[in-house]
Amino acid sequence: MSARLLAITFALAALASLPLWVSGTYYVNVASQILLYAVFALGLNVLVGYAGLVSLGHAGLFGIAAYAAAILLNMGAGHGAAILGAFAATLVGAAIFAALCLRATGIGFVMITLALGQIVWGLAYRWLSVTNGDNGITVASRPAPFGLSLDGAPSFYYATLTVFLFACVAVAVFVRSPFGASLKGTRDQPRRMTALGYHVWLIRFFACLFSGFLSGVAGLMFLYYNEFISPHAIQLSASAEALLMVISGGSGTLMGPIAGAVLVVLMKNVASAYIERWNLVLGAIFVAIVIFMPEGFVPGSVRLARWAVRAFRPRAAGEARP
Amino acid sequence: MTALEISGLEKSFGGLRVTAQLDLVVEPGERRLVIGPNGAGKTTLFNLIAGELRPDAGSISLFGREIVHLPSHRRAHLGLARTYQIVTLFGRDTLLHNVMLSLLGISRSRWNPVAALSRQSALATRAEDALDRVGLKHLSQRPLSETSYGERRRVEIAMALAQEPKVLLLDEPFAGLSIDERRDVLKLLLDIPRAVTVVMIEHDMDVALDFAERITVMHFGEVVVEGARAEVVADPRVAEIYLGA
Repeated sequence: MSARLLAITFALAALASLPLWVSGTYYVNVASQILLYAVFALGLNVLVGYAGLVSLGHAGLFGIAAYAAAILLNMGAGHGAAILGAFAATLVGAAIFAALCLRATGIGFVMITLALGQIVWGLAYRWLSVTNGDNGITVASRPAPFGLSLDGAPSFYYATLTVFLFACVAVAVFVRSPFGASLKGTRDQPRRMTALGYHVWLIRFFACLFSGFLSGVAGLMFLYYNEFISPHAIQLSASAEALLMVISGGSGTLMGPIAGAVLVVLMKNVASAYIERWNLVLGAIFVAIVIFMPEGFVPGSVRLARWAVRAFRPRAAGEARP
Repeated sequence: MTALEISGLEKSFGGLRVTAQLDLVVEPGERRLVIGPNGAGKTTLFNLIAGELRPDAGSISLFGREIVHLPSHRRAHLGLARTYQIVTLFGRDTLLHNVMLSLLGISRSRWNPVAALSRQSALATRAEDALDRVGLKHLSQRPLSETSYGERRRVEIAMALAQEPKVLLLDEPFAGLSIDERRDVLKLLLDIPRAVTVVMIEHDMDVALDFAERITVMHFGEVVVEGARAEVVADPRVAEIYLGA
């Protein structure tokens, strides 16, 4: 068994048994939050890491899904219809985002996504008759897929884990596919890709849809986790946090955004219980990552580990110190 | 039918007219050399033909089909390939991946989001063959960033040839190469089958003359002289442009 397969098996076993070895509902809920934000970060990473397009408006797409489902549920729709409606709304939203943002790249792209994200937030905050403004929308229940209730913390955790694993597989397959290779090509040499026969705009457009869809999935899970959605969950800082997850963990890698989500959610929930100024600690960690591992926490750790192995191996092989 | 026919092509950048009423006819299978001093508008001409720039006026047709309104990526699908003067390749990826991207560009499977690229063995075999043609098969698994400049030039050519283009535009394929490397690249270019029409821009007259059958001399965005190799070399206007009057 290769080391990689062993690591994956171990990680799956640890994730599957988590409610058994983590004490208390609170920490199981933190784990659910980590997984749902990891899906959000995985989605954002499709654009940031593989397309080279930095978005500061993805909380808007996250919010469109959550609000669409919440509004549909309160109109009396069933969970199935609300979820499908939320996906449809997210894809339409992502298509509009893409059509407007892809007129630019680089800083221009960032600024347009930022503006669009703020528009969604503004609608959630001000369009009282539909979104209930600052008070947010409460939903009455969680869905019960295949008759399984998701009301308890462990059962919701397992539902989130299932969705998370699907998202991981989807992204892993996508990245290794010809289309994934095309997308990475448009990130590195867009002009060359055009000359080779690729429709660069359309490739980026589809990447925006995929990225937006995963963000929407995360938004839906967020809605069901809290059974509540309000403008606070989709403000600019939520987009920025997701971007920090991707960049701190390592953009353009599968594990990076997941590690970033672990870091940010743990700091927010756990460290804040011990240190009042947990934001300061999080900031210091980001500064350290940027200085010592500018490529991100995951690829940086791999690099340092390789370096350590190389640095210590000769001595371990029996080289006597004088 | 002509392979490439350009008529009345116009392009200005602000007040600077870089392509002025340019006409060019290239027959199928021809080897055409485009020369001219710096700033004559040679690379601009290639950018117009490949669709990276929009002309202000004029028409470009490829085997009788008008392509002037088509975007760049559509022209690639019609059999137009180009190399770049400044090498623009995928540095983090292997040579094989570079050539596979070139093959994917004109293949429908580029839209496939579920199959593994590493399992596309037919594509990989064709890419290996293309690398073999330029003598780089033994380096196919090496990242491009770890190859020499001369090797990258050959990867450029392998990528263009892999698409089996009808018309190939070579933008200074000898630039920056040593004498030995030039000889290798020249041999590669001489081996290109006659089914491919080749238009080449080159500064280095010595190597390029061995390759060309017809030569077009450009100056200030216009065609000054055009004709068979011997005629052009003997033309006093060519010496005037190159040596200065």
